Amino acid sequence: MKIIVCMKQVPATSQVEIDPETGAMKRLSSNTRTNPYDLFALETALQIREKLGGTVTVLTMGPSQAEIMMKDTYTMGADDAVILSDKKFAGSDVLATSYTLAQGIRVLKGADLILCGRQTTDGDTAQVGPAIAEHMGIPHCAWVSEILDVTKDAITVRQNLEAVTQVSEMHYPCLITVDKDMCVPRLPSYILKKKTADRPVKYLTFDDLPDQNLSRYGLTGSPTSVARMFAPPAKDSQVYLQGNAEEKANQLFQTLLSKKII
Amino acid sequence: MDSIHFNPARCNLCGDCIDKCPFDALSMAETGIEVNDSCRVCGACVRSCSQKAISVEKKTGTVDKSQWKDFLIYVEQERGDIHPVAYELIGVARKMAPKVRYKVNCVIVGSEGTVENAKKLLNYGVDQVYVYEHPCFQGFKADCYTDAVSDCIAHIKPSSVLIGATSLGRSMAPRLATRYRTGLTADCTTLDIQENTDMIQIRPAFGGNIMAQIMISQSRPQFATVRYRVMDRAKKVENPSGKITVCEINDHMISSGIKVISSAVMEKKKAIEDAGIIVAIGRGVRNEEGVGLCQNLADALGATLAFTRPMVEQGIGNQLYQIGLSGHTVRPKLIITCGVSGAIQFTSCMNGAETIVAINSDPNAQIFNVANYCIVDDLYEVVPKLTALIQNKKED
Repeated sequence: MKIIVCMKQVPATSQVEIDPETGAMKRLSSNTRTNPYDLFALETALQIREKLGGTVTVLTMGPSQAEIMMKDTYTMGADDAVILSDKKFAGSDVLATSYTLAQGIRVLKGADLILCGRQTTDGDTAQVGPAIAEHMGIPHCAWVSEILDVTKDAITVRQNLEAVTQVSEMHYPCLITVDKDMCVPRLPSYILKKKTADRPVKYLTFDDLPDQNLSRYGLTGSPTSVARMFAPPAKDSQVYLQGNAEEKANQLFQTLLSKKII
Repeated sequence: MDSIHFNPARCNLCGDCIDKCPFDALSMAETGIEVNDSCRVCGACVRSCSQKAISVEKKTGTVDKSQWKDFLIYVEQERGDIHPVAYELIGVARKMAPKVRYKVNCVIVGSEGTVENAKKLLNYGVDQVYVYEHPCFQGFKADCYTDAVSDCIAHIKPSSVLIGATSLGRSMAPRLATRYRTGLTADCTTLDIQENTDMIQIRPAFGGNIMAQIMISQSRPQFATVRYRVMDRAKKVENPSGKITVCEINDHMISSGIKVISSAVMEKKKAIEDAGIIVAIGRGVRNEEGVGLCQNLADALGATLAFTRPMVEQGIGNQLYQIGLSGHTVRPKLIITCGVSGAIQFTSCMNGAETIVAINSDPNAQIFNVANYCIVDDLYEVVPKLTALIQNKKED
């Protein structure tokens, strides 16, 4: 069983400070952490490996700082860690990021099962996982809340689709994105930390990828662009509703209607 | 697509742009300012440069935009009915459509009953509804649904495709956008359109404390997802003139790598942290009758009933539903507090709510310091009246 887990290093805080006078953004903190949702994907992968044997490879795209995160995955039990890192990948949006990851997976000669976290805390789009599946032409199930069965040939999962839960089965190769709280990610092991201290993290650059068409990567391969950023509209100010109880109830009702809360 | 370009002849190496860059993407190198991987082309440096040495280089368009026109809305079905986000997408599309003289079309995919549901859409002023109905579309299979909608896109070449940001929509939209090698903007909160048919897509970024305007100016179609209850619902039209087109299903569309074994209606009890609407009650609710009134309000709103600490200590509420430092922190869209005094231990755990309504007969209650809508009145009077208004609205 060959499993690849796609992970991402994200800013430690998603809070961007905004200068209240100019409305300009202040610098993002350069502290980073592992996208918390991805830890559930890694834990799920490790559990499947424990059941069926095989390997768990962690794949990420990002600058070399991501090596810290990749080393951490070794202490949880990952077998290999690969960073796709190149200036040519800079400024990638969902399409370019998912394409680069899919190319990286091709270099790794594919996988039976690919796992992603449900979303990242910085982009919040939850799009990269399904997009990788599309690039690779394999089926996917998103929002997986439970692995019901996993064998050498197929995986059966429960998906949360808001009003309904659906049990779906897929044969390999396939991709799943897992929900948070579907398992408890294990803590790093000191023994593994010592054992893997010398295990290197592998790097792949643009030159290693099968598709050498530069227009598919980085900014040039990204159809979306950020035209501007600005502070969100101020919060509601304070209103004292006037009149008798009935009039107050009615005003509140109208307000809730206009805010589309009801 | 775009990139930052420095004009070395103008740059005086003042370093202002390095300070202003929110992404830490600029640095002083030996040969001048250098842009690294983190650049998101936000343009902060362009505006900061007193020498006008920085510009955004736009790549010239590669797509013939005139080949792609009209809006296409993906209509999701949930448990045999139309997911209401579809009516909101129709609403926002119809608002934009006149600016570029576009039509508003829909595509709907599903098993038996899909054609019947499609007919309901015509009342909301859509021009064409493309229907893909087949028993194999029972249950959500991302690959099949993508194939069907992709087939529709290939035939009608829409300029913009709007999809509800539901679990299903967010699972399918990235596959579609990837297939057409184009852009997808998730969770738009505002949508508008320029005369050149580029959509202006605004979405929250970085946890919502900053907004980003996203453009897809070099490729078509433009994909956007929008969450439920963000846009205004379309109004019904007097004389619907739209048409239903039943589309041909091919084998490719119905062969799937996903086998749906079963599906069940979710009856998971909502954790208080996940509740979108909360009715919270405090000591001002004096007796069982009061709890009942507030429970009725919560039911009418589809809200979760929550409690302050004294209410839990008195055995009226369960600790699982307690808000406060010794209970839970909540960030709902709406919280209505009834008879809550508003101690800091309570308010610090709910003041992140989008809208706070406070009902309390004491005008000096601290809760009014954090509330957006303040009702100084007897909750025994206000709550039942409000409940009745909401119930009547539902029966309309």
